[in-house]
Amino acid sequence: MTDTQNNQEATMSKTLYERIGGEAAVNAAVELFYRKVLNDYRINRFFDDSDMDKQIAKQKAFFTMAFGGPNNYTGRDMRNAHAPLVKMGLDNSHFDAVMEHLGATLVELKVPADLIAEAAAIAESARNDVLGK
Amino acid sequence: MKGVMVKLTIEEKTYSCQPGETVLDALLREHVNISYACKKGTCHSCMVRSADTLPPEAAQAGLKNTLKKQNHFLACLCRPEQDMIIKLPDQSEFYTEGTVVVNEMLNRNTLLLVIAFEDAFEFSAGQFVNLQRADGLTRSYSIANTPQESNTLEFHIRRLTGGRFSEWLHDEITVGDTIAVSEPRGHCFYLPERSEQGLLLVGTGTGLAPLAGILTDALAQGHSGPIYLFHGSREFDDLYRIDELRQLARQHQNFHYIPCLSGKHVPEGFTHGRVNEVALASFTDLKDWRVFLCGHPEMVNQMKKMTFLKGASMKDIYADAFFVTPV
Ligand SMILES: Cc1cc2nc3c(=O)[nH]c(=O)nc-3n(C[C@H](O)[C@H](O)[C@H](O)COP(=O)(O)OP(=O)(O)OC[C@H]3O[C@@H](n4cnc5c(N)ncnc54)[C@H](O)[C@@H]3O)c2cc1C
Ligand code: HEM
Repeated sequence: MTDTQNNQEATMSKTLYERIGGEAAVNAAVELFYRKVLNDYRINRFFDDSDMDKQIAKQKAFFTMAFGGPNNYTGRDMRNAHAPLVKMGLDNSHFDAVMEHLGATLVELKVPADLIAEAAAIAESARNDVLGK
Repeated sequence: MKGVMVKLTIEEKTYSCQPGETVLDALLREHVNISYACKKGTCHSCMVRSADTLPPEAAQAGLKNTLKKQNHFLACLCRPEQDMIIKLPDQSEFYTEGTVVVNEMLNRNTLLLVIAFEDAFEFSAGQFVNLQRADGLTRSYSIANTPQESNTLEFHIRRLTGGRFSEWLHDEITVGDTIAVSEPRGHCFYLPERSEQGLLLVGTGTGLAPLAGILTDALAQGHSGPIYLFHGSREFDDLYRIDELRQLARQHQNFHYIPCLSGKHVPEGFTHGRVNEVALASFTDLKDWRVFLCGHPEMVNQMKKMTFLKGASMKDIYADAFFVTPV
C-alpha cells in the first residue's frame, strides 16, 4: 500500500466532526454563528434570549450535530425541540436563513469548501424534522 | 480501558465508581438524584463540585474559568482518577453565625451592613451569600469587599417597600445582633489573568456591591487594562459612594467611573440615561473585553446579549441578576 492510499484510508475512516476539528471547531463556530442569528431580523424572534448561556449550549448541540459529531438526538428529538417554533410560524425561509449563517460561519473560519458542503448536507437532512413535516 | 475503582462521597454516603465509568453514570446507577441531560458535556446540567481534590482536566472542558477555579466539573465527563468528595448543587448549605458590627445608611434607602466572623471567611470578591433569619427566611446578598484580616463581610442592602427580608434588616437588625450566613456562592468574580484586558463593569442600584468588590480586587491585583464602571439609578439620591469612586478614579489612571441617572434631574458630572444604554454607546467594539453585569435582572439579561453582540465572548461575560423571589 502506498502512502497516499494510507492517507486516504485514514481520511475516509475519520468522521467529518474529527476532520473539521472536533469540539474546538464547534466552540469557534458557535459564537460567530449565534451573533449572526441574533442580528438577523428574519429569525431572531425564534431565539429566546432569556438565558444566553443555555442558548449557547444549544448552539453547540446544533454544530456538533451538523458536523456529524457525537450526539444523542433522534429525528423525533429534533421534531420535539422545534415543535414550539413551528407553532410560531417556522418555515422553509427560516430554515434557509439558518443554512446561510451556517455556511457563512464556516467560510469565515476558513473551513475547506468540501467539508462545508458535507456539514450543509447533514443539516439539510434535518429539514423535515425541524419543520415538523 | 485504563482506570481504577474509586470512592465517591456525597453527604457522608459513599458510592463506588467502576474503572472507566463516569461520575454521572456511577451516581445514576446508585440511584442518586442528580440532574442531567445531554451526557456529553454540552448542556452543563450535571455540573457538580469537588470538595477536596482537583477534578480531572477533561471534566472541566468548556466551563468558565471562575467555575474551574472553584473545582466545579461536569459529572458526565468525569472519569475520576482518585477518591472524590462531591457536592451536588442543591445540597443543603452550611451556615456560620456572624455578628453585625456596622449598620449605617449609604443613602436614603441603602443600608451598609458589616458582619464579622470569628474565623477566616474564604470567598472571592463579587460572590454572594445567603443570609438566614431565625424563622428560616433566606435571601441572597452580594459581598461588597475583598477578604479582610478582620474577617468581615460588607453588604449593601436596598430597602424594598414591603420586602420581608430587606425591611427586617433595615428596621430591626442592630450592631451586636447575630445572623446566619451561608458559604459563598456564585462565579461572578475577578481572576488575575490577562491583566491587560479591558474590564467593563455595569450595575444598577445595589448591583454596585459585587462590582465594588471586583473593582477593589482587580486594582489590588494590579490589573493594568482599562476599567470602566457604569453605575446607574433613576435619581441622584439612589446612587452612593460617589465621592469615594471619584477619588479612586483620580488615583488610578486606568479606572474610569461613570455615574448615570435615568430620571429628569441630572446634576453636573453625571451622565443622563439608562446605565446599560450609556455603557453600550461608549464602546464600538467589546472584542476581548471582560464584562461584569450586576443588579436588575432585565438590565443584566439585556446587557449579556448586547455585549455579546458587540463582540465580547460568552466565557468573558460574568453576571449576577438580583432576582427577587415572587410571592
Ligand atoms: C445573586 C443575588 C444577589 C443579590 N444581591 C443583593 C444585594 O447585594 N443587595 C440587595 O439589596 N439585594 C440583593 N439581592 C436581592 C435580595 O436577595 C432580595 O431579593 C431583596 O432584598 C428583596 O427581598 P425581600 O425579602 O426584602 O423582599 P420580598 O419579601 O421577597 O418581596 C419581594 C416582593 O416585591 C415584589 N417586587 C419585585 N420587584 C420589586 C421592586 N423593584 N419594587 C418593589 N417590589 C418589587 C416581588 O414581586 C415580591 O412580591 C440579590 C439577589 C440575588 C439573587
Ligand atoms: C438546520 C437544521 C437544524 C438543526 C440540525 C438544529 C438542531 C438543533 C438542536 C440539536 C437543538 C437543541 C435541542 C435541545 O437540546 O433542546 C436545537 C434547538 C433550537 N433550534 Fe434548531 N436546528 C436546526 C434548525 C433550526 C432553525 C431553522 C431554527 C429557527 C430559525 C432553529 C431554532 C432553534 C431554537 C430556537 C432552539 C432552542 C429551543 C429551546 O430553547 O428549547 N433551529 N436545534
